[in-house]
Amino acid sequence: MSVGEIRVEINSDQDIVIARQKGRVMAGELGFSSGDATLIATAISELARNIVSYARTGQIKLKGIHGSSRSGILVIASDDGPGIIDIRQALRDGFSTSGSLGLGLPGVRRLMDEFEINSQPGKGTMVAVKKWRQ
Amino acid sequence: MAKRDNTSTDIELKRTEEPSELLRELVAHLRQNRTQLREEWVVRISETRLLTAMTKEEIFAEATSVYDSYVEALETEAFEALQAYARNLSERIIPRGVETHEVVGIVLLLRDVLARSLFAKYQTDFKKLNRILDAYEPAANRIANTVAVGFVQERERVIRQQQEAIRELSTPVLQVRERLLILPIIGVIDPQRARQLTEQLLRGIRTNRAKVVVIDITGVAAMDVTVANHLVQTVEASRLLGATVIVTGLSPEIAQTLVTIGVDLGKMNTVGDLQGGIEQAERLLGYKVASITEPN
Amino acid sequence: MEVPILKQGAFLIATFQAALSDADLNQLRMGLVQQVVKFRSRAVIVDVTAMDVMDSFASRTLREIAHMIRLRGAETVIVGIQPEVAFAMVQLGLTLEGVATALDLEEGLAYLNERFRITK
Repeated sequence: MSVGEIRVEINSDQDIVIARQKGRVMAGELGFSSGDATLIATAISELARNIVSYARTGQIKLKGIHGSSRSGILVIASDDGPGIIDIRQALRDGFSTSGSLGLGLPGVRRLMDEFEINSQPGKGTMVAVKKWRQ
Repeated sequence: MAKRDNTSTDIELKRTEEPSELLRELVAHLRQNRTQLREEWVVRISETRLLTAMTKEEIFAEATSVYDSYVEALETEAFEALQAYARNLSERIIPRGVETHEVVGIVLLLRDVLARSLFAKYQTDFKKLNRILDAYEPAANRIANTVAVGFVQERERVIRQQQEAIRELSTPVLQVRERLLILPIIGVIDPQRARQLTEQLLRGIRTNRAKVVVIDITGVAAMDVTVANHLVQTVEASRLLGATVIVTGLSPEIAQTLVTIGVDLGKMNTVGDLQGGIEQAERLLGYKVASITEPN
Repeated sequence: MEVPILKQGAFLIATFQAALSDADLNQLRMGLVQQVVKFRSRAVIVDVTAMDVMDSFASRTLREIAHMIRLRGAETVIVGIQPEVAFAMVQLGLTLEGVATALDLEEGLAYLNERFRITK
């Protein structure tokens, strides 16, 4: 069970597809059900899309995590883009600054078990999400 | 000069009595007095009315193997072996109805029985007794901890397994007639069960090619905002597969709660009772409901 | 990636592949509307059976396709959404409100046939 770490550089909308496909494969290798793998792949797609729409380029990192009594997957999306000015607002359903549906972040939060965001205006954004195997 | 000599012998003495050395000594003592100490322990177990679900012979057999594993763990400090043993033991005794406090209780009793025998052996040499206890106590406590944690983890695993089985049983997706599914929900819905229910229903829609689903929640006592949202999501997900959902059996109390907490009931197709729900489902499927008053 | 669009009588059928990029989706949106105009189609079936992820962009594109086609006086049915995908979609809050859905291609065709038989 040695699923290492995968990095996907996000430079265009093509890379969104690559990132989520890799995420699905890794989720399968980590023993997630195909239903959960779909949730994980969808979350990765949203996170990668945020990078393309707001920062243009960035990176998605996928990693298997093993706690004392459970295991799961960690997805980290990071970019050096403009950052988010009001994180609280960005996490509210229906908020968007790029004319999209604006459901990205709160939706990702619902798809995954743990959600962490770090962002500073002008310095980029880092979103880390985890899902544990049931 | 003389003072110096004194100090050096002191250090030497300490060196010969490192904790591991002391442990070896006390392990030898516990091995020598195995029969007597074990007997004493078993007596204490029945005195304290622990392990009442087991017979005397069973208790004796388990006590023997626990005693030996205990001494072995003291000797080798190999806690993986003890962990494995604790899991194994728990697997055997959980089905017998042994409770957590009993397992913790007997391990603590053994700890005390052994400590008392150490008191008796070293009562004349107080300093030595102290050093022996210094070596014994942390190891003994760690053993007690390992066994207790092992038991609790095994118990939780068993409980999870049972919950899983109960969940499977309690969410039947029934096909009443072609293209019509009924999902009667009974009991308490937690988020995990709600999710399983949704997944089961969606799969059911696909395999049965269902067009209408009646979800009957007459048997649901209470509903909070999380569960209500799950219900709304289930309705929406079913629609994405091309199926219409009718919710029946919504009690006035639950309806009141849903309205109060702001759940959008407009997205839901609700009918008073299951009978009415099935009738509406049949209309949607294009069956004629035999009713004399209905104009056509 | 090319999305095949089939003409079946008064209907058009577009079959999505698994790995459609945003650019593919945008191209498809334009292509479909043009074909509806060209063939004076009455309805479009979009078959998404092969899609294993439907994120907010794909979902929004489908809604936009449906709305643009409605402006041309035709109807859209989305067919073949997988159970797991549907579950993920509602978690994201994507419900394709106002767009007709059906289990699969067969159901989609049955729905349209029924509909156009009744209205005309």
